Amino acid sequence: MKFRLWLILFIGFLVYTCLVYSYCDKNSLPGNTPDNHVVAGWNTWQEKNCQSCHQIYGLGGYLGPDLTNAASAPGKGENYMKVFIQFGTGKMPNFHLSDSETNNVVAFLKWVDKSGKNTVPKENVTWTGNYNLDN
Amino acid sequence: MQKHLRLYFITALLLLSATVLFGMLASWAFLYPETYNQYMPFYQLRPFHVSAALFWIISGATSCILLFKKESLAGSSSVVLEQLFIYTWIGTIIAIFVCYGLKKFGGREYWEFPPVLGLPLLVSWLLLMGAYFIPLLKTKGNKPMYVWMWTTGMFFFLVTFIEQNLWLVPWFRQSYLRELTIQWKANGATVGAWNQMIYGTSLYLMVKISGDVTKAQGKTVFFFYMLGLSNLMFNWGHHIYNAPSASWIRDTSYIISMTEWLFLIRMLQGFRSTLEEGRKLKHLITYRFLIASEFWVFVNLLLTLAMSVPAINRYTHGTHITVAHSMGATIGINTMILLAGFSYILEIDQKSERIRKTIIANFWLCQVSLVAFWITLIAAGIIKGYRTTALNLTSFQEIMMPVMPALKAFSIAGIGVVISLVIISVVYIRQAIRFKEA
Repeated sequence: MKFRLWLILFIGFLVYTCLVYSYCDKNSLPGNTPDNHVVAGWNTWQEKNCQSCHQIYGLGGYLGPDLTNAASAPGKGENYMKVFIQFGTGKMPNFHLSDSETNNVVAFLKWVDKSGKNTVPKENVTWTGNYNLDN
Repeated sequence: MQKHLRLYFITALLLLSATVLFGMLASWAFLYPETYNQYMPFYQLRPFHVSAALFWIISGATSCILLFKKESLAGSSSVVLEQLFIYTWIGTIIAIFVCYGLKKFGGREYWEFPPVLGLPLLVSWLLLMGAYFIPLLKTKGNKPMYVWMWTTGMFFFLVTFIEQNLWLVPWFRQSYLRELTIQWKANGATVGAWNQMIYGTSLYLMVKISGDVTKAQGKTVFFFYMLGLSNLMFNWGHHIYNAPSASWIRDTSYIISMTEWLFLIRMLQGFRSTLEEGRKLKHLITYRFLIASEFWVFVNLLLTLAMSVPAINRYTHGTHITVAHSMGATIGINTMILLAGFSYILEIDQKSERIRKTIIANFWLCQVSLVAFWITLIAAGIIKGYRTTALNLTSFQEIMMPVMPALKAFSIAGIGVVISLVIISVVYIRQAIRFKEA
């Protein structure tokens, strides 16, 4: 009996996992797949361990700012990001990236920016304590 | 204790010391990055700290299981499989730390090492499962709930470890939100998996020191086991509440997380019997560590319940409240239970008065420092969350300026945690070297 209950729950987990894999990105569009530059930038992001200090969607380190929407933030954007990435700051080390590596990281961050906003406006909070992000 | 198990046991304790020492250095590198960037920058120290913590918890939990299974499972285990697991596991951890030393990364948060090293970790885990499942399958009859929990933890660690590495398959990277969702689904469930192994050990210890076998039997224990398992499977969405993934993921997680109130109610109901039990068993060091873990379960549960409400999570997400939650859980709950297990294995309560006094003094130093450490992180998180979400400030420097004093207090409180846990580890390592089974 106990094992049967366990098995039912596990089957539920498998079904839920398949649903998550297939439908978690409700905004997925065929034209928004990453090109080679984005993938290369993503790999550089991991190889230099950028997530140790920076966040995307609030996930990652706390030493630097969240970069989810840095590409479209007023007063920031592509050139602003390039200067930071290529030369570093007092806090951020200079990783000595080449021009193409820098461009790839920027391409990755611009692609991430298109996936959504990292903040939830107050108006989207409902009486249940949940959000409504569908509008 | 067999030679290979003694080696594994000592490795786990060395990892505990490494965790807190790298954690302390990382906290200072966070406060003074310009200085540390010249020697060992934060982006290098953090993976040392995080991986050491992760491997301490998993190695500590599996050390206890490998030792306790000998009397819990009837079939004899394969020493060769155990040895192969231990040597591959330790060898890979060393390779991971060498990579960090050379600034070779490539993985994702918590698993920052080059992904190729995931392969020997996977192989060694399969060897461990072989060493555990062979005697398990030979054991007939109803098994106590701690055996269910160990088995569940081991199995789901395998599932989530594979899921954690699915990003290497290009399809999973076609959408950023898909990649992010699956990464945090796996991360959340991995924590659930090691919690099953560790809470199983806690239950085993309670049965052993109280002599009451009914603690691991019956419908109520099974109900709470199933509730924990449901949370492992479906309650990971709070990590990505603010990401625009499908809303039913958030709804599911929110609903499942509210079942955690039942754990809280059960703790409150059992408070009186815990007090009575405490009067009888308080002289035992093993019991002290267990009761400390109960305290940390209670306060962390309150924090978890708050963070599971999306409207509150909107303020806490991406702040140091998340760090308080993970530190409270890994040090306050996981480490306390594992130290209880290690105390039981090494028979610390039978040792000299000098050893017992050293452990008790450092136990209290650890608890007091950890309370200060936890509160300062929450304070830092409240300030950051308020400035980011309520005041809508966008300049990172402006947001962080008033957070820094709280983080300085956190770093100072961390010194107490480091001193106490390093001293306890050193005492336990010395006892493990000298240990002879009665």
